Amino acid sequence: MKYKFLNFARQFALILLVIWTVVSLVTLLIEFVPGSPATAILGETATAEQIANFNAKHGLDKPAFFVSYGDNGLVWNGLDNRYADYWAGLLQGDLGTSFRTDRPVLDMILERYPATIQLAIASMLVAVGIALPLGVLAGTNKNGLIDNGASFVALLGISLPTFVIGPFLVYIFAVQLGWFRPGGSLYPEDIILPSVTLGAALSAILTRMIRSSVIEELGEDYVRTARAKGLSERKVVYKHVLKNGLIPVVTILGLQLGVLLAGSIITERIFSWQGLGLLLLEDGIAKRDYRLVQGCVLVISLTYIIANSLTDFVYRRLDPRIRLS
Amino acid sequence: MNRLFYIGGSIAAIVILMAIFAPFVATHDVVVQDLANRFASPSAEHWFGTDSLGRDVFSRVVYGARISLQVGITVVAVSGVIGIFIGAIAGFYGGWVDKFLSGYLFNVFLAFPGLLLAIALVAFWGAGLGKLILALCIIGWVGYARVMRGQVLKVREYDFVQAAKALGASNMRILFTHVLPNSIQPLIVQASLGMAGSVLSEASLSFLGLGIPPPAPSWGTMIEEARNYFANYPHTLFFPGAAIALTVLAFNFIGDGLREYLDPKQRTR
Repeated sequence: MKYKFLNFARQFALILLVIWTVVSLVTLLIEFVPGSPATAILGETATAEQIANFNAKHGLDKPAFFVSYGDNGLVWNGLDNRYADYWAGLLQGDLGTSFRTDRPVLDMILERYPATIQLAIASMLVAVGIALPLGVLAGTNKNGLIDNGASFVALLGISLPTFVIGPFLVYIFAVQLGWFRPGGSLYPEDIILPSVTLGAALSAILTRMIRSSVIEELGEDYVRTARAKGLSERKVVYKHVLKNGLIPVVTILGLQLGVLLAGSIITERIFSWQGLGLLLLEDGIAKRDYRLVQGCVLVISLTYIIANSLTDFVYRRLDPRIRLS
Repeated sequence: MNRLFYIGGSIAAIVILMAIFAPFVATHDVVVQDLANRFASPSAEHWFGTDSLGRDVFSRVVYGARISLQVGITVVAVSGVIGIFIGAIAGFYGGWVDKFLSGYLFNVFLAFPGLLLAIALVAFWGAGLGKLILALCIIGWVGYARVMRGQVLKVREYDFVQAAKALGASNMRILFTHVLPNSIQPLIVQASLGMAGSVLSEASLSFLGLGIPPPAPSWGTMIEEARNYFANYPHTLFFPGAAIALTVLAFNFIGDGLREYLDPKQRTR
């Protein structure tokens, strides 16, 4: 019991340490901006007074960090600096104010976040919906025609980038057949093309995993027993094999949630899906609203870390072999 | 070796030859515009047709292979060397060095999902070939480091390493003449998959306008440019898209084929 608790505490401390580093990196990234954020936003023609006002408003007139290194060597800047400010804000749920719109960054992110989550979950459903039957068929017909076909489709799905699949789906289903709109996120059916695009690569990975999982489980003793007592092959596969074979698949799904959240940046761009990725690209990067870029990168990374940690935790509880090792 | 490896190898060889001999393979200048001849369909004059500015798509796809391979090879080489070095140190020295490197540093770099860190870095630095390569190296090295660490942990327990140690060989000598050559196989697999990943990442960043700026014929940039017109002129998007897919597929095939070949457990399946 004591060992278990220590182990958990160590894992938790590591997660906190990683989060601290990620936040620090994102905070300090703004120092890499060529020139200054003020001239990027206000333009080359801005007066010194305008620049000073802008810097004062966004706290950019303060030193970047606790210490700085200049001609006089290491200099202590005191506690009032941009790094400390960002942390102080963050701990109160404040991601700063947008350089462009003067709105709180957190509000802008919360408006768009649900759309990205919807897209990620829909893609996951699409991926499982394709991969489960395809993987089982391939695994139960090892090296047969269906298996080879499924493997080919899976490899195609892994190799075709979203920005190639997406436009072609639009071409076929929106332009030629006219079944869907080519982009936007107004109507419920607008989610279908983006989620298929984003889910394609995941469905390919899952198909391969389910296939090898099914092949492995079919060789186990309990399968022979189940067959020996006269169960139909269908029951053997769906009641026994899948149950055990799905454990690694569940883990991959958890880990892939974060990948989908990040991957949705490209998909959202293709379909003008009004999510976090489009906010990052169009309002953040394109308009050089660095405060917004910081916020978006931070929120996506934190979601990824938390999703991964939870998956890890659930996996350990599910499978005692991992807990012990 | 399996069939997929040979298929992948053949496609990769074609792409590499195409990149090396691009000036001889290309039929037109890649940046010269011919506005009177925009969106021409594939023909004997323009094999893959022309794009929105009347440039020859075939020649741009051929030269695009140069950019993709240049980025891919540089990223794999640089991140490979850094990753192997750090992974070797973590695995070989163990103790608190390993705890810091594999327990903390690896996790920090794995905490950013895929492309996001590269997107963030390029967003703050500005776009360009050098910055793109640097950003991809920063996200790429940790994969090699993990593989190398695992290999070193395994190999350092082998008898011949123990024997070398007993004979008084220095750590560096053991690392470079005994451990590294015996860890190289999975690293080659990782490099091949890394090559596919880098080509894809470069195209993705260029597609988002964060990679190699136009008029350079990057495949990702070509797709981004074609995106607005492809409903009427699908050929402008099809050919660069096929080039990316085939190249990524080829290096994935090579990596998968090698892994299967090197791992007897998978070979029997």
